[in-house]
Amino acid sequence: MPSELIHKFMRIDHLPHIWCAGCGNGIIMRDVAVALEELIDDPEVNLNRGKVVVVSGIGCSSRAAGYMDFDSIHTTHGRAIAFATGIKLAHPELEVIVLTGDGDCSAIGGNHLIHAARRNIGMTVVTFNNDIYGMTGGQYSPTTPTGDRATTAPYGNIDRPFDIAQLAAGAGASFTARGSAYHARETTELIKQGILHKGFSLIDVYSVCPTYYGRKNHKGSAPEMLQWQKENMIPAARYYAMSEEQKRGKLLIGTLTHTEFPEYTQEYAKLIERAQAKK
Amino acid sequence: MPEKKAVLMQGNEACVEGAIAAGMRFYAGYPITPSTEIAEQCAVRLPQVGGKFIQMEDELGSMAAVLGASVTGVKAMTATSGPGFSLKQENIGYGCLAEIPCVVVDVQRTGPSTGLPTSPAQGDYMQARWGTHGDHPVIALSPSSVQETYTLIIRAFNLSEKYRTPVIFLMDEIVGHMREGVVLPSPAELIINKRHISYRDGANKQCYFVPEGAYVPAMKPFGQGERYNITGLAHDVSGFPTGSNAVAGDLFTRLMEKIDHNLDDIVRVEEFMLDDADTAVVCFGGTARAAMSAVLEARAAGMKVGMFRPITVWPFPAAQLRARLAGLKRVLMVEHNYGQMLLEVQRVAAEKLPVGFLGRIDGTVISPADILKKLREMEA
Repeated sequence: MPSELIHKFMRIDHLPHIWCAGCGNGIIMRDVAVALEELIDDPEVNLNRGKVVVVSGIGCSSRAAGYMDFDSIHTTHGRAIAFATGIKLAHPELEVIVLTGDGDCSAIGGNHLIHAARRNIGMTVVTFNNDIYGMTGGQYSPTTPTGDRATTAPYGNIDRPFDIAQLAAGAGASFTARGSAYHARETTELIKQGILHKGFSLIDVYSVCPTYYGRKNHKGSAPEMLQWQKENMIPAARYYAMSEEQKRGKLLIGTLTHTEFPEYTQEYAKLIERAQAKK
Repeated sequence: MPEKKAVLMQGNEACVEGAIAAGMRFYAGYPITPSTEIAEQCAVRLPQVGGKFIQMEDELGSMAAVLGASVTGVKAMTATSGPGFSLKQENIGYGCLAEIPCVVVDVQRTGPSTGLPTSPAQGDYMQARWGTHGDHPVIALSPSSVQETYTLIIRAFNLSEKYRTPVIFLMDEIVGHMREGVVLPSPAELIINKRHISYRDGANKQCYFVPEGAYVPAMKPFGQGERYNITGLAHDVSGFPTGSNAVAGDLFTRLMEKIDHNLDDIVRVEEFMLDDADTAVVCFGGTARAAMSAVLEARAAGMKVGMFRPITVWPFPAAQLRARLAGLKRVLMVEHNYGQMLLEVQRVAAEKLPVGFLGRIDGTVISPADILKKLREMEA
């Protein structure tokens, strides 16, 4: 029941949220809340709500932290993962969730993203990837497709875009996945897997921004943009059954990489033991 | 319990040992000359005492990680030098607004940009106060010896916890790389402030609530079930963003007043041979070593010279200096820059007496002879 979820996990005094009508961010925030609820309620996991810390940076996406009723910190632009690194290393028992955007985590915060992935420090990064800087009114971001328009790409964007999940995987992230605003159930499952994963996990969730990205690029209404996700982003079970020909132009919804490496704070605990034995 | 003991130590090393004595258990940093020994020493020492050290990917990230660690209730520190201090400014401002205690060490080196990385200077004095955007106060302390580095960094942590603000520990290459004998106090002698984590009597559920007569909120660390919000936006007592000019104005004013109304507690100076002096040498940090020698030589030559040294360099000890001016005929500001604290001294002197200046920006040190020469010129 959505209304129960709101009362349980959202700070209703601080709603309604600031996002535009048709924005995909609300769906993704709900996916995160459902994932947390299911892990809190799961007797085998027994996630402690009081140990969950939600960290965000700056941008439309990052307002989500303040709406979620957990310990939350809305930090500076690009630095969410670096703040989260300090939180996790200082107190490894905390379950650290980073809510960020395409600009926040792959442009101004790109360095922290790749290094947290490389360290394999235990945190779950959920990107609200809407292909645009929405908060400032529609400038091109590192995920804006080549040729698309933005207020700062009036003649078409000549940059090549990042695939954030692949970027994180390339930097060594031990769990990477792709979700979308349309694929709420699949995305929720991926976020749950990310939280359960011992190490750095990133779920790149495609949002929709009808107000800026959609309007500038004639992508239609919010439902039409979600329809595009339905038709072009394919859940894993179906995606892997498709021929190479059928896969052309389609994007996987599901896990990209899932490997096990030593987690950073656990390695640090061993380092402390070594240092103290030597003393 | 270990008793006090005498050791030979470098300034940067004393900074680490003092910080650990103050309870620092988290360090995030990035290698930069001439502060690198602080990171190296933290990498060795922190795990030994159960603390955490991390070498971050950059200066911005290390400042962010320090703030992140601090919101979980751990005393945290970073250290850097000029270029890195510039990069840390944004998150220092965040710490000031969000009221997150931490200590930021800046071991100053010479020049703008990359400058002269291994040479001494004091050119970040104004940056320590005005480096970030917007109006907010800053506490900055500056040690002049290895011994003082040890005790003053403890005070930096204490002030940081008490006023819930980043404290700048403004060292310079002279003190950072100086080696001298230090007497380490026994732990029983130290006064260590703990973070105030609750005003609540059950009635008030607002994390940024500040009771009448107090200046600082008292939030519990993250992870204790409080479920509150921290933001760099202007916020109300609940910690949530506000669009109200009145609420934002009250917040920004309280941030200023929590420092401005507690100057007696925060500001410390050293006054040396000033009681019968007609001339005061004003200096801070490593420069004081040459100044003190110059004062002694001047006294030996029959000149009535003393030294006024701000230990708390921000807020500037205006009242303390003003109280001294009545008996003086002249003031000489000596600092390793082009005239930064000079502006504060001139402001306080308000043209009532001559303020001379001796500065240097070429990476060499000002000697006692340089100061003595300048004193003679001023008396002539």
